[in-house]
Parts: sequence; structure tokens; C-alpha cells
Amino acid sequence: MRSPFRPDIVPDTAILDNHKPLIRSLERRGVIRGSLSLGALVLLTGCDVKRPEAVESALLAISRLNDGVQALLFNPNRLAPTYPASMILRPPKFNAYYDVMDVKPVDGATWRLEVSGRVADKRPWTLQDLRAMPQTSMVIKHICVEGWSYIGGWSGPTLRIFLERIGADLSAKYVAFKTADDYPSSIDMATALHPQTLLAIQYGGDTLADPFGYPVRLRMATKLGYKNPKWITAIEVTNTYPGGYWEEKGFPWFAGL
Amino acid sequence: MHWVNAVVMLVMITSGWGIYDDDVIIRGFSFSSFWRLGDWAAWSLNWHFAGMWFLVINGLIYLTYGFVTGRFRQKLLPIRPADVVQTVVDTLHFKIAHEDITVYNAVQKLLYIIVILAGISQVITGLAIWKPVQFSGLVSLLGGFQTTRMLHFAGMAVIVGFLIVHVALALLVPKTVWAMLAGGPRVSADSQVQAHLVRRGHTA
Repeated sequence: MRSPFRPDIVPDTAILDNHKPLIRSLERRGVIRGSLSLGALVLLTGCDVKRPEAVESALLAISRLNDGVQALLFNPNRLAPTYPASMILRPPKFNAYYDVMDVKPVDGATWRLEVSGRVADKRPWTLQDLRAMPQTSMVIKHICVEGWSYIGGWSGPTLRIFLERIGADLSAKYVAFKTADDYPSSIDMATALHPQTLLAIQYGGDTLADPFGYPVRLRMATKLGYKNPKWITAIEVTNTYPGGYWEEKGFPWFAGL
Repeated sequence: MHWVNAVVMLVMITSGWGIYDDDVIIRGFSFSSFWRLGDWAAWSLNWHFAGMWFLVINGLIYLTYGFVTGRFRQKLLPIRPADVVQTVVDTLHFKIAHEDITVYNAVQKLLYIIVILAGISQVITGLAIWKPVQFSGLVSLLGGFQTTRMLHFAGMAVIVGFLIVHVALALLVPKTVWAMLAGGPRVSADSQVQAHLVRRGHTA
């Protein structure tokens, strides 16, 4: 059977010559094609290619493309499933880039939350200030990029209320976080404004314990675990891509659920 | 389409093993680094999330082609349980016929249908565990996040099981390998007319 993908009428060579720039521009698709054939090469030769730069940059380019697709898939009005308080895991599961024994507790009395970037009011915040704000509670599933998950109960002001209170430019692209454990992180504004995005100061009705981010951490129902920094010390509203700890090492940035 | 799929499937399977090893499902069972694509989880993930596009696009073309041209109906149907049993019995007696490799036996038909369904299932369970909030309805339909994750793992096992049999048998019947590389023999005009009539609803 003749291939149905082969055209019956072959274009005149003069036409091809006249449209050379157009044809050449189509070759940008070569990036994707190249990444695929490199993949094939790695598999067919069965050799252990240690992330050559071409492969790495092709994968990162696709990862950035996926960030865009994920942002499109993100529905700001869709709520993550919630669970009864009886299902809350106590204590929550500890996870960081270091062992629980290496956690350095933060002194809540002297702790201050710095605010910077595209905001009107840059006064630092105390824990009392956060406690005085309207509190929201949610019992949600924490899903780690590794695959494990657990149900946790978090309370605190929503990040949306906080951003509104400091007069943040809500049309800015990113909200970036700095932490006491040197774990920079950042999220998109749409997720920052989601009703299930909290500056959590309580777990299961009790003050957040030291290993889980006392005095304040981020908790989002719509992102993977590693997007939720603990022991936050500074928040910045910005249009410049801020990156993050795991993102610098190759993990996807958007990481939406 | 077959070879794009073969490469992408291997990318998805071996990068999936890299992701699996980050938090194993079966205690004590992990994949050795030799078999993993990506030297650690971040790169296995990036391979997996890049490969998914090729898998889905190629898969959609394949399914569309199979349904529109009637190839699926012609080659994979009908399957009668008695034929499956007969093929198994024949095979155990080494009476397996390959004179005409354009016609699949009942076991082949069954296995091809299973692996096509497993591939579709992998895309659905994969989508569910990639976006468990955006597709929360799908996740609860599948029995929750962890159950869906198990299903995604089980689907991989089915495909790998198929691959082992598929590759082993293809190598045992060398002319099929040549057919796969070169595009396969012409399907006779008679069987094409036959297939056409079947498509039109005339029973031959």
C-alpha cells in the first residue's frame, strides 16, 4: 500500500528555492527533533551519557515549555480536595535537603518578616502581626515530587490577604521567598492568589513546631511539596524570575498539581 | 510510528524507573542505575515530562490511523476464546505458523490489544498523578492518588512484560524483524478488498 503521508504532486523546485527562509525557519523544530534523536542515540548505543550539554539544554527547554502548559492548565478557581480533621497526620512528615537533626530553630520573638519589591508598604512583620490577621484553615494532601503523600492540617492568613495588605502589585509575575535555612523559592502570582495558598503558622490547631517551619511557612494545596518553603524570612514581589533551590538543580519550576 | 513509539516507550520506562527509585513502592525493590534514564530524579523527571509529548502525539496519530484506515479492525478482530486456546495449544506443540506474517494469530491479537489499552491507561493515570488537583475527579474515579500511582506502575509492568515477549518472539522469527524495519510485506489485494467489504458492513 502506498504511504498515505506521501503527497501525490511534488512541489516545483523553483517554489522551494523561493521560500528558502521560510523552510529554514521551520528548522527551529529541530531542537525538539534533536532532543528525540539524542534520546534514541543514548538508548540504542546503550551507553551512559552523562548529561551532555545539548541534551541538558533540550530537556530544560521542554521543561520551561511545560511550565507554560502547567500555567495554562492551572484553574485559579479549582479547589484541591479537602479532608476531615481526623485524618491529619501528627506529627507531619519532615522533609528537607538535610536531616531533621540539622534543623536550626528560629526565635519567634526576634523573628521579622522582610517585605520587598513591588509593594507599597515595606515595613517588616512580626509573628503577632500575622496572628492578628484573618485566619484560614485547610486539611489538604501534601504530595511530594518523589511520590509519597500525607494529609496535613494548616492554618494562617492566606497569602492573598497578606499581599493585599502590603499593597503588592498583584499583576506582577512572581512572589519570591527567602528562608532561614537558605532555601530560596518562588511561585507564580496566580497560585499566590489561590484561596488554598497560606502563610501557615499552625499545624493541626497548634503552633507550628520547629522542624516544620516555625514561625511561618508557605503551604499551597496546588503545588508539589518542594515548592513550600519553611522558616520564611523575606517575601519579594517581582517581575524577574527568581528561581529556587531545587529548580537550580534541574527540577521543574511550576510544579503545579 | 512503531519506531518513534519504541524509542519513546523506552525513554518513558527507563526515566520512570529513575522517578520510582526516589520513593520505592515495593519495599526493597529498586532499579539499578544502569537501567535508569537520568543520573538522578530531577533529570529522570525531565526526560519523563519531555517524552510524554512524543508518546501522546505519536500515540494519537497511531490510534487515528488504526481506526480511520480500518487497520485495527482488519488485523486485531475478531478474537475468539477458542482460537486463543487453540493457538496456545499449537504453540506448546511447536506448531506455530508464520508463513503469512500479515495475519496475526489469536494470541498476538490479544496481546496487541492489551498493550494498546495499557498505553492508553498509562497516559490517563499519568495525567492524573501529574495534575491530581486539576483532574481531581479523575483521581478519585481511579481510587485516589496513591492507588493511581500504583496503577501507573502496574501499567508499566504490563508494557515491559509485553516488550519482553514481543522482542523475544520477533527475534525467533527473523523475517518479522526485516518487515518491521522495511515496512512489511504488501497485504494482498484480496485481503484488502475483503477488509473494505467488512468495513462497509458486508460480511464476506
